[in-house]
Amino acid sequence: MAERLALRHIDKTYGSVHALHDVEFVLHAGQVHALLGENGAGKTTLMRIAYGLTRADRGTVEFNGNPVNIKTPRDARAIGIGMVHQHFTSVPELSVGENIALAAGWPVWPEEIRRKVTTLCRHLDLPLESEVLAGDLPVALKQRLEIVKALATDTTVLLMDEPTAVLTPEESGNLLEFLRRFAATGGSVALITHKLPEVLQGADRVTVLRRGRVTCDGSLDGHTAESLARLMIGDAVLESSSRRTTPANGEVRVMAIGLSLGAEPGHGTGLLDGSLEVREGEIVGLAAVEGNGQRELLRCLASVWQPSSGQLDVTGPCAFVPEDRTIEGLIPEMTVTENVVLGLGARGAWVARGRLGLIDWAAARRESRAILDDYGIVAPGPDSAVAGLSGGNQQKLVLARALALHPKVLVAENPTRGLDVRATAEIHSRLRAAADRGAAVVFYSGDLDEVLEVADRVVVVANGKTHAVDGNASRTTVGRMMLPGSSGGEEC
Amino acid sequence: MLTPSGALQRGAPLVIALGATTAGALLMMAGLELAGYDSLSAMAALWRGAFGSWYAFSSATMVRAVPLIVIGLGFAFALHGGALNIGAEGQFYAGAIAATWVGLHVDAWPGPVAMLALWLGAALAGALWVVLPVILKVRYGVFEAISTLLLNFVALSLVSYMVQGPLQEASGIYPQSDQIAGAARIPLIAGTRLHWGILATAGVAGAIWFVLNKTLWGFHLRAVGTGPSAAMVTGRVNGPKLVAAALLWSAALAGLAGGFEIGGVSYALYQNLSPGYGFTAIAVALLARLNPWGIILTGVLFGALEAGAGAMQRDAGVPSVAVYVVEAAVIVVALLANASAARARSTAGSTLAQVGT
Repeated sequence: MAERLALRHIDKTYGSVHALHDVEFVLHAGQVHALLGENGAGKTTLMRIAYGLTRADRGTVEFNGNPVNIKTPRDARAIGIGMVHQHFTSVPELSVGENIALAAGWPVWPEEIRRKVTTLCRHLDLPLESEVLAGDLPVALKQRLEIVKALATDTTVLLMDEPTAVLTPEESGNLLEFLRRFAATGGSVALITHKLPEVLQGADRVTVLRRGRVTCDGSLDGHTAESLARLMIGDAVLESSSRRTTPANGEVRVMAIGLSLGAEPGHGTGLLDGSLEVREGEIVGLAAVEGNGQRELLRCLASVWQPSSGQLDVTGPCAFVPEDRTIEGLIPEMTVTENVVLGLGARGAWVARGRLGLIDWAAARRESRAILDDYGIVAPGPDSAVAGLSGGNQQKLVLARALALHPKVLVAENPTRGLDVRATAEIHSRLRAAADRGAAVVFYSGDLDEVLEVADRVVVVANGKTHAVDGNASRTTVGRMMLPGSSGGEEC
Repeated sequence: MLTPSGALQRGAPLVIALGATTAGALLMMAGLELAGYDSLSAMAALWRGAFGSWYAFSSATMVRAVPLIVIGLGFAFALHGGALNIGAEGQFYAGAIAATWVGLHVDAWPGPVAMLALWLGAALAGALWVVLPVILKVRYGVFEAISTLLLNFVALSLVSYMVQGPLQEASGIYPQSDQIAGAARIPLIAGTRLHWGILATAGVAGAIWFVLNKTLWGFHLRAVGTGPSAAMVTGRVNGPKLVAAALLWSAALAGLAGGFEIGGVSYALYQNLSPGYGFTAIAVALLARLNPWGIILTGVLFGALEAGAGAMQRDAGVPSVAVYVVEAAVIVVALLANASAARARSTAGSTLAQVGT
């Protein structure tokens, strides 16, 4: 196959961090090329260089065999490179069609936009309604919009940064299918993902980065998820994920009966009938498709929101790990210590009882340093801003802080979202350790495999209702129960 | 001791403030030269008017600095909680009206009680002037910058009505109030026209610094201003309640500044009592990057500019409005420096974060 996009001898340094070290990445026409690596391995930096968002310190870029100088995303688009970012880049207040027109540089006549969008979506076989506001789209369609935007101009190279992180297994499957079709028509795809089964299922070639160096480049033949993981993290041993034994008759810590709460506009069904019982030392995993009421259920348990009806009894203290760590979990501009104080509040030992609520910052700082050390969180120190920490370390901080409350109940929303293999394994082992110490743990993950792996017991939330899952139900059964439209196991 | 991050960093703000002032002064001199004035003698006159003698410094510069500092501290306090109180000018006048009314009714009271009553009345009236914006913000999400700004015009009209109606002097000739009772007047520092309210500026600055940095309440306020969602979800903070309290205190300080002006400087209410203190104080606070101690310094700086402007007009024949060029240039340069510093910080932060994804 012909070389489509070739990055050779790429070097990039950020301050004292050597992000990329003589990296070679060659994308061929008609192939889906997976780019793997831990957080911090340099995958995103490499893609940003290819798309003109970052300049390499050294190295060359060739397109169809000719050297090119990509200085801005505009240059990249001009030669046919499109990128789908980790986060959504659409304007929520504009319609789908307007967003596409904005990205493609089309004139903004409503009729013409509608006509062009219809043609484009039919051509790509990615149906979208032109008039709907981008902000009102469900997550999967928002992502579809990003892809259509990237492909609206003549694009032959698609750079995708963790596109499946927010998708359900079925949606991920559809996306991979689309990428295969795109490659079959001669397109090239660079796919960053942490989900190794996807790579094995959908990619032709793989490049693995470890700490800015290529550790593997070639065909996927003969690779397994395990061999790829080893290439990504070296010889480090991952925490074992053995099944735990849970105490049979622990104290009931969470008792919820018939909870209901309406959804925020545009966020799914809300919670209609949520019932849940969690005992001490038990990990309950919620399996659900985005927007089926699991968010409302978890937030009611953590008393972040108040249910509008139903009966709820939670034994405190209850700690909460919110899904969006940099918006709801942490204040990135503030220091580690300040974020620890934020989370522990008046319950921190350094806050003097009394009307003034004086903070002993020196004591708070000692506690923060202890948390950093105990959890192996990589940070310059307790006085450094949280914004400078990697996603995995930020999430470890959020979890460590929650556990510092010695919670009787721990509620976690998607606690490993966007984390790499190693960080995910660490979070899992921390959740298990918390349960071993007697906490009742309830968590939700968008990744069904993760729920099945970590949870002692699985509860499906679909259409705002909870459904208990039989202990030996198969993955397929659980997956079917999660689908909107099904009302539980009995329809299977 | 730990220095909290964010708006309270030390060192850099001082450099930025000095650099901005120098740039502003140079810009004004260039403009004066172009317009055919002798820029050096104009600057000399400005310096004399502001710092040339103890009397100039205490009775011109510092007298103007007091309201700027008190209002600036209030503005900064609210902004630490993320609320933009653009209505200080109106709250200042609300405080001045209340102070005048109190001052006219306390003839028979002992001095300290009369003064205290005047200050309290002024602070309460200032706070009252922000109640409507607070309700609109908390209940209906109306952006407080707009509602507080608009209430300035109402306050101006109210002053105009007061000095031609209920509070007009007994003789009924001029649109101004009678002089307030001697008991309610703040004593002056001997040999100057500066009242002892100057001490209050340091007290207020200290109190604000203490609350923001040493108490959980103040920390929660800063958290709401920096990351409202995290403050509410993770910190379990009642954000609207905190912001409402911060706005009320902010407005109370602006009202107190109006009370100081009546009780310690003018002794009577009239229109244009404030040469725009409520707006200049915003620049004072921003230039100090909301740091309470820094606000004292930048308040004195802007007080000096206002004081020097008069001397410049008198001695060098340069229109005093030329000083506004300096003030404006200082603000623009300071904002630019802050923005680029913030960008440098965020690039450094996001660089690490990018490496980390």
